[in-house]
Amino acid sequence: MIDPKKMKLTGFRRADGRFGIRNHVLILPVDDISNAAAEGVAALIRGTMALPHAYGRLQFGEDLELTFRTLAGTGRNPNIAACIVIGIEPKWTARIVDEIKKTGKPVAGFHIERFGDLKTIEMASRKAKEFVQYASELQREPFSINKLVMSTKCGESDTTTGLSSCPTVGRVFERLEKAGATMIFGETSELTGGEDIIQSKFVNKKGLEDFNAMFTDYTNLIKGQGVDLLGSQPTEGNIRGGLTTIEEKAMGNIQKAGRCKIQSALQPAFEPKGPGLHFMDSSSAAAEMVTLCAAGGSVVHYFPTGQGNVIGNPICPVIKLSGNPLTLETMSEHIDVDVTGMLRVEMTLDQAADHAMDVLQRTINGRLTAAEALRHDEYSITKLYRSA
Amino acid sequence: MKHGLLLHEHDDDVGVAVMDLKKGSTVGAVTLEGKPVGKIKLLNDVPLGHKAAMRDLVKDKPVNKYGRPIGKAVAAIKKGDWVHTHNVKTLRWSV
Repeated sequence: MIDPKKMKLTGFRRADGRFGIRNHVLILPVDDISNAAAEGVAALIRGTMALPHAYGRLQFGEDLELTFRTLAGTGRNPNIAACIVIGIEPKWTARIVDEIKKTGKPVAGFHIERFGDLKTIEMASRKAKEFVQYASELQREPFSINKLVMSTKCGESDTTTGLSSCPTVGRVFERLEKAGATMIFGETSELTGGEDIIQSKFVNKKGLEDFNAMFTDYTNLIKGQGVDLLGSQPTEGNIRGGLTTIEEKAMGNIQKAGRCKIQSALQPAFEPKGPGLHFMDSSSAAAEMVTLCAAGGSVVHYFPTGQGNVIGNPICPVIKLSGNPLTLETMSEHIDVDVTGMLRVEMTLDQAADHAMDVLQRTINGRLTAAEALRHDEYSITKLYRSA
Repeated sequence: MKHGLLLHEHDDDVGVAVMDLKKGSTVGAVTLEGKPVGKIKLLNDVPLGHKAAMRDLVKDKPVNKYGRPIGKAVAAIKKGDWVHTHNVKTLRWSV
């Protein structure tokens, strides 16, 4: 059995003391209309990455706060060495820049109005070149497991995820919890039918009350639409894979928490305070959920899949685990950790967890995941309601 | 592989097919720990990942997997039947 404290991990120490396992220079648009300028910079300067997205204009209230928190959290993530922020006007651009600046990493903001795209691209590219040269000289250094912040969420689940890949993550998380690492899970609506198990895991009343409020909110949202969620929860993919009801799906999903206690219930895109497992209020849509985890500071993600969800994330490497033999046979290029042996009862849960930890260690030390190699860079901001 | 069905808990009402299973065939069922739970003769084809009934299940009664209800039977289900959305529905979110 692999002892997490003996794992040999290397990463990039950031000014705020957190460790990243990748070293990206990010070109982050504040809003949809600044995507073109951000992509212009990324096209000019080697080693930069633009993150185009669909929102950032005319949002208000809680929805706007979540978009700000997601964008700022993305820039703050320890996998980011330095960040260029480009918005249409200076004020909201500065809000994102100021939040990222608190980490102490290099960050600079540019706005397009009164310059136009071309001048903005030129100014931002000069700064991006500086940042890339800075980042390219940073060296990996050893770090211990208690500095690791990681996340999990499953997708295109089927009955095999509940039997193999989800409990594998749960077993790894039990070991990581003991070793003082920080973990995030979520998927609020997908706990339906197993919420009592989650409720019983909170270490304090505050966490439980926060969770109950989040869970009730989601349940009311779904009830308020007056529709049957069959086809959406479980999804058509889930049903094709043999999952029949939301309760059955939820029981598979929550295997990822293992026997861990839950330290807190986080609002979406919030950074966990302290070690252990944290619940984050989130949609179960894969790209949205991983984007929120990354904004919450997760540097690597375990993604159990049954039918073969192909998701990745541009800043947070996504490690896929699957126990479905058909998926391994037909789309193995997407899978990093094969736990099909569990269905054959040839691989024990501890052996599967060892395999997952070996791949985790190699990924942390720089090995590209399947999703990274396949350019799966899905970046999806969670939108809470329509814009003004 | 000596088994065709895998169970989370010994007393679960349903087992998961670990390969495509044919109508009329008799397959062994085991728990995740490899403990035998008997043999089942299949009354329908059960594709990989889908469920088969370990015993007769009564209409309107809960169906157990993971040692707890995952829904209720909306039709009478025979031992060896394919169990899915046509004969089991959620106990939640019903409209």
